[in-house]
Amino acid sequence: MAEKRRTIPLAKRGFDFETVMWIYTRLSALVMYLCAFIGLAGALIMGARTQMNLADVLRWTFMPNPNHVLNTNVPDLAPWATVFWKVMGSIFIVFATSHGLHGLLSIIEDYITRTWVRRTIRIIVLLLTLLMIGIGIYMILTA
Amino acid sequence: MGLKRNVGLVTGLRYQGRGPMLTFILHRIGGLGIVIFVATHMLSSFLGGPAGVFINTIYEHWAFQIFIFFCALFHAINGLRIVVLDLWPRLIEHQREAIWVEWAVFLPIYAIAVIVILSTALGG
Repeated sequence: MAEKRRTIPLAKRGFDFETVMWIYTRLSALVMYLCAFIGLAGALIMGARTQMNLADVLRWTFMPNPNHVLNTNVPDLAPWATVFWKVMGSIFIVFATSHGLHGLLSIIEDYITRTWVRRTIRIIVLLLTLLMIGIGIYMILTA
Repeated sequence: MGLKRNVGLVTGLRYQGRGPMLTFILHRIGGLGIVIFVATHMLSSFLGGPAGVFINTIYEHWAFQIFIFFCALFHAINGLRIVVLDLWPRLIEHQREAIWVEWAVFLPIYAIAVIVILSTALGG
């Protein structure tokens, strides 16, 4: 008996929006892990061992912006307000927002079945994503 | 055309999914928690003023920190399991063991963090 074929060629399968977002969710998770590890390394170089508490280490890990860690004993935060950390923060914002709001969309769409409501929610979530990325990068650049 | 789902909420709640189902639910709750927290946190620092200060006092409370750290840590560790199993589908047959490993990683880190949060907040 011939074994049933369980795969089809990728070209035949096609890549629709949901498939792309499925793989994007996984890859953006890995990117965020990388960003968090770079942020954690930055916090350790900054003096996390002696001059910061756990909360401030985490605050720098997840958003490397000097305004985010004002209450530490690090004597001078000015050297940390560099282009490198602004770019890292912006990358984190872009990936976290798109990953998070697409997750929000999948959760909502699991419980909403009416077509026009789903379509409206898609547009709202897309606008929210763009708005959050805009606000986040604006905050980082003006901080 | 709308979707047809013939399962009601009560039937859904009675589903015996056990370990994997628990991680699925906690992953959803954690993800929602992070999205709501990050969105309102960004909004509060963007707006500033009394409203921003009020929202930030909620976020600095130890009970909220324990909650949001649960969301973030569980979502991160469970998410890493999902990434590994999805990108290497052959490993799917070990998914129950993967969930045990996940709890073994999660519980000690979370316990230490809760002890630190509580001793900072209550012990001074």
